[in-house]
Amino acid sequence: MIKVTSGLGAGLTRRGALRVGGALAGATALAGVPGYRAWGSDAPIRIGLQVHRTGIGAAYGRWYESTSSAAVAHINANGGIGGRPIEMIVEDDATDPKRGAEVVEKFASEHKVDVVFGTLFSHVVIGSAPRAGELKMPYFVVSEGYHVASGALNRYVFQPGITDVRQQVTSMAPWITGNLGKKIAMIFPDYAFGYDHRDFFSAAAGKLGGEITTLLAIPPTETSYTKFFPQIPAGTEVIYHVMVGPGVLTFVKELGEFFGAGGPKLFGFIDSLEAVDLASPGLEYLEGSHIWEAMPRFADGQPTESALAYREKVGVDANGASVADPKDIATFSHMFGCWETLHVIKAAVEASGYQGADDTAKLIEAVEAMTEFPESLDHPQGRKTFNGKLHQCFGQQFISQVEGGRLKVVHTTAIEDGLYEPEADYTTQAL
Amino acid sequence: MAFESHLLLALLEGTVGACVLALTALGLSLVFGVMRIVNVAHGEFFMLGAVIAWAAATLVGGPPALSFALALVTAPLAVAAIALGVDRLILRRVAYQPDATIVATIGLVYVFQQAVLMTFGPEARAVAAPFQWRVTFPGFGYSGVKLALAGAALVLIAGTWLMLTRTHIGLAMRATQIDRETAQAFGIPARRVYALVFALGAALAAVAGVLVVPVQQAHYLMGGDPLLLSFIVVIIGGLGSLRGTLVAAFVIGISDGVIAVFFSPTLAKIAATLLVAMVLVARPQGLFGRAPS
Amino acid sequence: MTAARRALPALVLAGLFALQFVLGDYDHTNMARILVLACFAVGYNIAFGMTGLLSLGHAMFFAAGLYGAGFSAELGGVAPPAALAAGTACGLVLALAVGLVALRTSGVAFMIVTLMFAQACFLTILHFNELTRGDEGFVIAETARRFALAGVVLDAADPTVRYNAALALFALAYGAYLALARSRVGRVLVGIRENEDRVRMLGYDPYRYRLFALTLSGALAGLAGAAYALLFAYVGATFATTQYSIYPLLWVLLGGAGTALGPLVGTGVMFVLVDRLSGITSSYLMLVGLALILLVVLFPKGILGTVGQRRARNRS
Repeated sequence: MIKVTSGLGAGLTRRGALRVGGALAGATALAGVPGYRAWGSDAPIRIGLQVHRTGIGAAYGRWYESTSSAAVAHINANGGIGGRPIEMIVEDDATDPKRGAEVVEKFASEHKVDVVFGTLFSHVVIGSAPRAGELKMPYFVVSEGYHVASGALNRYVFQPGITDVRQQVTSMAPWITGNLGKKIAMIFPDYAFGYDHRDFFSAAAGKLGGEITTLLAIPPTETSYTKFFPQIPAGTEVIYHVMVGPGVLTFVKELGEFFGAGGPKLFGFIDSLEAVDLASPGLEYLEGSHIWEAMPRFADGQPTESALAYREKVGVDANGASVADPKDIATFSHMFGCWETLHVIKAAVEASGYQGADDTAKLIEAVEAMTEFPESLDHPQGRKTFNGKLHQCFGQQFISQVEGGRLKVVHTTAIEDGLYEPEADYTTQAL
Repeated sequence: MAFESHLLLALLEGTVGACVLALTALGLSLVFGVMRIVNVAHGEFFMLGAVIAWAAATLVGGPPALSFALALVTAPLAVAAIALGVDRLILRRVAYQPDATIVATIGLVYVFQQAVLMTFGPEARAVAAPFQWRVTFPGFGYSGVKLALAGAALVLIAGTWLMLTRTHIGLAMRATQIDRETAQAFGIPARRVYALVFALGAALAAVAGVLVVPVQQAHYLMGGDPLLLSFIVVIIGGLGSLRGTLVAAFVIGISDGVIAVFFSPTLAKIAATLLVAMVLVARPQGLFGRAPS
Repeated sequence: MTAARRALPALVLAGLFALQFVLGDYDHTNMARILVLACFAVGYNIAFGMTGLLSLGHAMFFAAGLYGAGFSAELGGVAPPAALAAGTACGLVLALAVGLVALRTSGVAFMIVTLMFAQACFLTILHFNELTRGDEGFVIAETARRFALAGVVLDAADPTVRYNAALALFALAYGAYLALARSRVGRVLVGIRENEDRVRMLGYDPYRYRLFALTLSGALAGLAGAAYALLFAYVGATFATTQYSIYPLLWVLLGGAGTALGPLVGTGVMFVLVDRLSGITSSYLMLVGLALILLVVLFPKGILGTVGQRRARNRS
């Protein structure tokens, strides 16, 4: 790395002095708390949760926050991280990439956290990642996007708790082309999230003899969709749909209304229906269609011991709703990522012997050294492999059918179904 | 799908959209025309209407038609009451000054959105349609509920129109719009007219919000689009011309549907957007506005 | 003009320079952001505060700078100073093109036409997603943000470089505003805002002056966008959304339209409000909303506008 010399030269000394000052201030503050020794090994590990409390991602954010709190409570109740409790600090990024970057700075410079985690929307991830890298702040995202694995980000960014969309769609392509049909129309948001589906599903389906009959990218400013459906050519066997944002329910409803039961088979992504009750008015048109899930919403879809225990810990009932309010549907196919990511952080801190910010490099290398997460209460969604060069994990996926307002798992993919040629190696970057 | 069926579908979709848009924009047009202020929170009144409709369906229960009817009555009244408060506490204090009103109503947007986010939550919530009805056209099926809602919007527009042209209140409003000082000289209480206009504008947005809930969903960020579209419609129609507002709503609603037949979705939106800009460049006073002499 | 008043700009800039040695790490970065965004707001103020052009589409000029610089640096391999110039040029050219058409209208029609052009720009960014990656955007690599100036290697990721680069750009925008306000052209622009007919009668062509103001305004917005991309390493379509057209209007109105320092004050106050309140409550946006309403009710001319008004009243 090039030695940075600024024309003014004041920067480094000033920053150095401040860091010492900040640490001293922090130490003094902590010394006042009974049970915490200032410089000792039982001072809390500070973890920043960057969450979408407001803005377009707020429905997901609420569950990301409650799942993370549950995970922190669970870890702390079982001895914390290497004997140190987790202290979680939450900041809202308003689902905005500009604010996201500022929040990462706030975590690093003001809250002095050890790691930041939990970002979902990919534009916030990409807007925040460069600042995390510059501030040498380990940044664990729970986003599904193909941004970490594409190599576009930097050595400080990881996605160890949720599979990326490229692996997801690649692993499901054989089932879709084999069971639903080979002539496929794709409808997706005119968002990067949609482009990943477009590019990687088209490629995977093409290799299996599938044919994409049309690609409909819907702009985010659109509120009605029916007028575009006639662009789907006759003879299309499958409609592959994925939508996000407040218009999703309208979209799914209009789709069902337009095609009815006699039209092409529907294959959708749960993203459209996260936090939405399947018994909502209008969704009856989805009856019989297939939907991807990362983790089955209904408990009977994955009755493993760890999945059931996890469900209980995060306060979700057998129907995927909050225990406190059966109308309050969880974002069950995404939020497990927060739980699993916190357990990866715990494992990495313990493996590296991380004590404080000076050990960040050791922490990064410890995560990169990981290769597999066996299924357990730490990883209730299932076994995962982890590619330390890509900073990305890979897990199984579920395909479910809508049956009487419930989702019934009909197929589970294997991790190997979706593996692709890696395109990046972050370990070559300097720390 | 045959081209004719496709075009028919696009026209239907455009017309339904236009009816709701016209109702929303009518409220903004009134406020804009009479009070000469831009109410940035107009879309939030629309959102509040939708949220109240959801609340009526959930809290009151009963058959969907009943709670829908209840929402149709309560939502505009509740929102009008809020609007009266806004007029009294904020707008009057800044003397309806255009710039100050813009900033204050931007502030209101945040206040309303956050209040709804904290109480109603961030989810999109559906409300059951008052009835189920599918109309079959050659080549495709269409939602009868949408057609009925469009009809309801037209009835409400006609009612407002009659009120404005046939009643004393309407006369007072129009007189204030044309010349505030003269109207005051003739004993029209401009202050009360302003309050009334602002409340009526908000109520129209709220009732439009109630109407869309069975086909869209209530969501705390749903107010942005109706605001933008109404704003465009009001300007294209010509400032202060209610007739212009209505015509523009239909021109824009229907062209939006028809353009979608020929382009991919994003290109269609770009084309529709540029079309609006070019119409205004060609006719800055709007379709029905009077050119400044 | 008193001597104190003449010295004010130099004092302000010196104060901003000195501030970097006092601020903590976090506020140091924040101040760099505020300075860049204030440059955007100064640009907006030239169109709105000085000339009376209420645009609702300035996000497109900011985005033009953002993408102009982002593409030049990331894909074209151009050094940051050249990328900055390229971004500024993109803002300038777009503003000139939009102005040629949009300035045929005025008032509310102008608001809508600029809004529509900005919306079309936003959708165009999404449409060419193979290149732009749409809403997700792209990161500008660290290597593309490093350059040598007079033998010294400067890195945009370095806090000191970032702060002083941001300050230099703000000084440029602020200086441009002051120079313009004191020039003959500036007086014509204010005249157009106050009474267009009289200016026309005096033999000036308002259209050409407005076009000049909008182009300069767009160039400064482009400069700010380009700087934002290079200093914070991210380019994305969010910056082209309507929200980012509303922001500069809000900042300028809050600080005081038509005042030289109003844009900086408005940007700073708004930034600090959002940042501090978000730490206290999750419904901070509601408090921001309430703060805006209170400010408008109590300080209708914006913060500096009200201060100036009170001072003028005391003097008389």
